Amino acid sequence: MADAPLLDIQGLTRTFPGVIANDKVSFSVGKGEIHALLGENGAGKSTLVKMIYGVMRPDSGTMTLDGEMYTPHKPSDARARGIGMVFQHFTLFEGLSVADNVALGMTGTGRNLTKDIVALAAAYGFTVDPHRLVGTLSVGERQRVEIIRVLLQKPRLIIMDEPTSVLTPQEVDVLFRTLRRIKSEGVSILYISHKLEEIRALCDRATILRAGKVVASCDPRQETAKGLAEMMIGGLLKPPERAKTAVGQVRLLLDGLQLKSDRPFGIDLKDVSLAVCAGEIFGIAGVAGNGQIELMEALIGETPIASPEQIKLDGHPVGGFGPQQRRQRGMSFVPEERLGHAAVPSMSLSDNTLLSGIERKQLARGGFLNLDAATAFAGEVVERFGVKTAGVAKAAGSLSGGNLQKFVVGREVLQAPKVLVVSQPTWGVDAGAAAAIHQSLIDLAAAGSAVLVISQDLDELLAISTQIAVIANGQLSSARPAGEITVEEIGRSMGGAAQANAPALAGV
Amino acid sequence: MDLLANILIGVIVASTPLVFAAIGELVAEKSGVLNLGVEGMMIMGAIAGFAALISTGNHPLALVAAMAGGAVTALLFAILTQTLLANQVASGLALTMFGFGISALWGQGYSGQSAGPFPRLNIPGLTDIPLIGKLIFGEDYMVYISLAVVAAVWWFLNRTRGGLVLRAVGENHDAAHAIGFSVVGIRTLALMFGGAMAGLGGAYLSLVQTPLWAENMTSGRGWIALALVVFSAWKPWRCLAGAYIFGGVTILQLHAQALGVSIPAQYMSMLPYLATIVVLVIISRDKVQLQFNAPASLGKVFYAAS
Repeated sequence: MADAPLLDIQGLTRTFPGVIANDKVSFSVGKGEIHALLGENGAGKSTLVKMIYGVMRPDSGTMTLDGEMYTPHKPSDARARGIGMVFQHFTLFEGLSVADNVALGMTGTGRNLTKDIVALAAAYGFTVDPHRLVGTLSVGERQRVEIIRVLLQKPRLIIMDEPTSVLTPQEVDVLFRTLRRIKSEGVSILYISHKLEEIRALCDRATILRAGKVVASCDPRQETAKGLAEMMIGGLLKPPERAKTAVGQVRLLLDGLQLKSDRPFGIDLKDVSLAVCAGEIFGIAGVAGNGQIELMEALIGETPIASPEQIKLDGHPVGGFGPQQRRQRGMSFVPEERLGHAAVPSMSLSDNTLLSGIERKQLARGGFLNLDAATAFAGEVVERFGVKTAGVAKAAGSLSGGNLQKFVVGREVLQAPKVLVVSQPTWGVDAGAAAAIHQSLIDLAAAGSAVLVISQDLDELLAISTQIAVIANGQLSSARPAGEITVEEIGRSMGGAAQANAPALAGV
Repeated sequence: MDLLANILIGVIVASTPLVFAAIGELVAEKSGVLNLGVEGMMIMGAIAGFAALISTGNHPLALVAAMAGGAVTALLFAILTQTLLANQVASGLALTMFGFGISALWGQGYSGQSAGPFPRLNIPGLTDIPLIGKLIFGEDYMVYISLAVVAAVWWFLNRTRGGLVLRAVGENHDAAHAIGFSVVGIRTLALMFGGAMAGLGGAYLSLVQTPLWAENMTSGRGWIALALVVFSAWKPWRCLAGAYIFGGVTILQLHAQALGVSIPAQYMSMLPYLATIVVLVIISRDKVQLQFNAPASLGKVFYAAS
């Protein structure tokens, strides 16, 4: 490259007790370049960007920004040198307004930010109301708030950590247009993702990390997605195999499910109906915050619903039952939040199997826990699902996200439920683990169970589902066979269906 | 009518220590820390202020000493919970017991002494207005200070960048840390402010209300201040209103006893506490409102993973 790079990193190393998170990482980001940082979970991407943004300090190695030494001690140092960051888990405060949130992220205090916010948003072609509470915004809108916050500081380099994981395809298009425009203004972008197609569409160069080391550097436009994935995991990737399964009788039926949400900023469920048959995987697509949490709570039995008849398992109403009673009757659940909802972080893996498997796996006798059986069952889950852990006595919280996800999915799948309800089965899970989880869901359905998957990842739903419906603003669209529906169609119902329906309903 | 004015003055005197303690705790909780040691900080302020007044005779200096007494006690709590990451509930309870012990030891020589009258506002002409003159223009200076503190806290939390940062830390400490704010530093300052205000509340008891030193003289007011913070839904003006309602009920039961209402005195003494519980239950009914106002990170231990 003729120009000197904007950010040059040489031999950056950072260790944590027992792990080398980054091992002599070297790469550089050119001016006006969109540079991808690719890697599985635990490959060291987060540690690396935290060091660049000054949240952590490297043990050794150097960074040069625009030819000058760059040693940020805190994020405000990074911002002062023109580096901004859009975080994966948004660093927004739900109880504060958009303007307050933007003000918090800026080092200099401009009093009248509202005008700047509106002007900047307009320049990039979107609208934001600076006085709205962030808690009332959709995920896509929240991301725009983060981007505005970064752009207002006129950065030279923007770090984006998995920015598309929560967006609809249309929102991704808007984001990409914004990013290309930012790039055309000479700003560099460090783009972290494991969505390979996006990286191929957007990025100029890619650096691939594996186990803390740089293993490859390439032009993603010249590579196939499969090739990139294999560089990333350092092995061959097996797509999920779908056996042709005969569809059996209806196992899970939702009949006009209604639910009033009691959360702040919650979404009410309006007349949700669906039927999942034995052998089917029913996918529910939708942008986060459109009623998925409420639907999951109603399905699990955490929130009581109006009439037991609204949820039926094999023809019997179960809507009046709590979670444990539903489990006894053959339902299993994998909620979205791994830590604290699906598993208790401070309890061991074997104790965690007791929580959901005590009835169906007979892990208790006469009121006493059968710890040997629990240990054996946990061992079976670890072995069958390839969970990487030092043993089943380890606390659930000590596992990496992907491993814990394999564990909680495995724990439910191995109970051979009649109906399995899964939310975000591969959220934040790397390609290898995701493939394993997908395969297990397909196998479970092939064995005669009905599987309901709620996910924001369309590729995932298209890969494993037999039927797909979209949830928007608490309403569920009618289901379509997965082979017939296109990404564009799903995307349209994600964003537009609710608005299109609302006036019609009002007119009735 | 004179009786009414006297009752109202009584209400103000009963309420002011609560105003101080509650507004301080409100700021600490807004930053996301639950400090149950209000009682301990109050009693430390009470003895520190009293001791300073006896040895110097200077009222402003005594108030500074009271604030220092409370703030140092709070600093202890901050070191335990923010630096050493100790459990906030246990540390707060320990702080209360610690405060009682130390203050009793320190106060041994001061029992039976009197601090003398506390200076009062006196504006010739205005203070002499019948009925309302003494009520509005004739209070002791600390009453006016307490009102100013409430106004200042409201202004700080809602109108300044510092207040915004403090609220942000209480709302989501991980995000605040990622943006680059010093969560521990901000919380330590908020706790020390809380301690200083609790100290003033305690000093009000030992310098104005009684004005004597007695062991355990805070007698549960710190706990009431804690309840008031929840009652106020973390809003400064509601906190003030709550303190006055509570003070009102306290005075009412005294007067009811004096008027010979034939209910056992013990029941009457329970009244303020009962009122607190009833109000808390009513407020807790609106779950959405409560979740929305409560600092989302309240009571959670912050550990910076770097």
